[in-house]
Amino acid sequence: MSSIAWFRLASPASFFPLARRLVPWFSAGAAVLAAAGLWLGLLVAPADAQQGDAYRIIFIHVPAAWMSMFIYVVMAFWCAVSLTFNTRLAAMLAQALAPTGAMFTVLALVTGAMWGKPAWGTYWAWDARMTSELILLFLYFGYMALRNAIDDPRRADRASAVLALIGAINVPIIYFSVKWWNTLHQGASVSLTSAPTMAATMLSGMLIMAFAAWFYAIAVALLRVQAIIVEREKNFRWSGELLRWIR
Amino acid sequence: MAATLEIPEESGESSVWRGFAWSLRRDLKLAIRCKAELGVQLLFYVIVVTLFPLAVGAEPLVLRTLGPGVLWVAALLASLLSLSRIFAVDFADGSLEQLALSPKPLPALISGKIAAHWMSTGFPLVAASPLLGAQFGLPADEGWLLALGLLIGTPTLSLLGAIGAALTLGLRAGGGLLALLILPLYVPILIFGAGSIEAARAGLGASAQLSLLTAALLATLVGAPLAAAAAVRIALD
Repeated sequence: MSSIAWFRLASPASFFPLARRLVPWFSAGAAVLAAAGLWLGLLVAPADAQQGDAYRIIFIHVPAAWMSMFIYVVMAFWCAVSLTFNTRLAAMLAQALAPTGAMFTVLALVTGAMWGKPAWGTYWAWDARMTSELILLFLYFGYMALRNAIDDPRRADRASAVLALIGAINVPIIYFSVKWWNTLHQGASVSLTSAPTMAATMLSGMLIMAFAAWFYAIAVALLRVQAIIVEREKNFRWSGELLRWIR
Repeated sequence: MAATLEIPEESGESSVWRGFAWSLRRDLKLAIRCKAELGVQLLFYVIVVTLFPLAVGAEPLVLRTLGPGVLWVAALLASLLSLSRIFAVDFADGSLEQLALSPKPLPALISGKIAAHWMSTGFPLVAASPLLGAQFGLPADEGWLLALGLLIGTPTLSLLGAIGAALTLGLRAGGGLLALLILPLYVPILIFGAGSIEAARAGLGASAQLSLLTAALLATLVGAPLAAAAAVRIALD
């Protein structure tokens, strides 16, 4: 019985109302979690012994970096689903996730640079994590650019799905290649890998912020997928009815 | 039995190899009949490499440090420049559709096209690289190492690039989009390739990097024709 319900949801027409109902819940969850996480992170957690208050950017930086990678994996998963089962909705979800993933990647890079200046004395060092994060951003841009360049949405679905899957295979390879390159260069004398053990409040603040970012990403993706559904299915009668309902 | 079509009874394996050989021969023939275009690829590589000393100065130490990286980046760009040729002409005149309809497996036919592309555009770069390396003051052994790395690495570039070329078939965005799609995927090859010489200079030996380049070549040799064939079918839909 449950399997029937799942397949029913694979149709954009029946998924749309569900997405519409879920968005307020996830938005509210994101807001509450972000408020709690920021309160823990900015007010409760103690200042770092070495970095003072500058470290507090991790409450944004680390969740953004996690989400940037996680969203790519989720996007690649929906791309695989859309290629194997040839479902429109999976491709629409991947399409809806890409801008959010790119946004988190930019956020991780920018906050990382802002943190790097006080902590390491430089905005940018060709550290393995930064470099692979930058390349991840290029992968997101490539995905979105390919989608935008193709007029036929079904061809765009499948072509960008192939690209996303190749990118997903490449992300770990890129990460390790950059890591080895970096050790060979002896370059950036800074490393995050030997981070000191973290106070419990810092860690819980960070985790709560990560959940806030996750809820935000789900809410925004569901919101965006509604717009995509209405735009792409506009020639069906039920889509016109949806539009009337929104108004 | 139709005269022009191959017989369906032949075993799967020989069908793969015959398809590969047929498409390799065809594309090589086409490449040889258009010699000017082949020369342009090589000249592009030589000119890009030549621009660097003009930009950074002719200080021998600087050139020797930059040399391997410059030659590798130029090889990436030259590969990128020639990628659209793999499918674009066949796509425009409809023969790509005929290839896709043929009873031979499409990945085999595409492997042949990629092999022909590498032989006509990648291999000349490899052959010219020791000479260009010498221009940058690389000693002979580093020059040969560079050529060896490019020999293993440039087929991977053609294989990966073929996927991008197939995905962007017939799109208005064209070359810039192809660069955005493909260059990030080239990053590991660039790192291992240029890193091999650096490792050799550091006294570590280049075998680790060359092994990784070979591993990348073997992996793409298996996967890339399948992905490119899928992408071609998507483009032809």
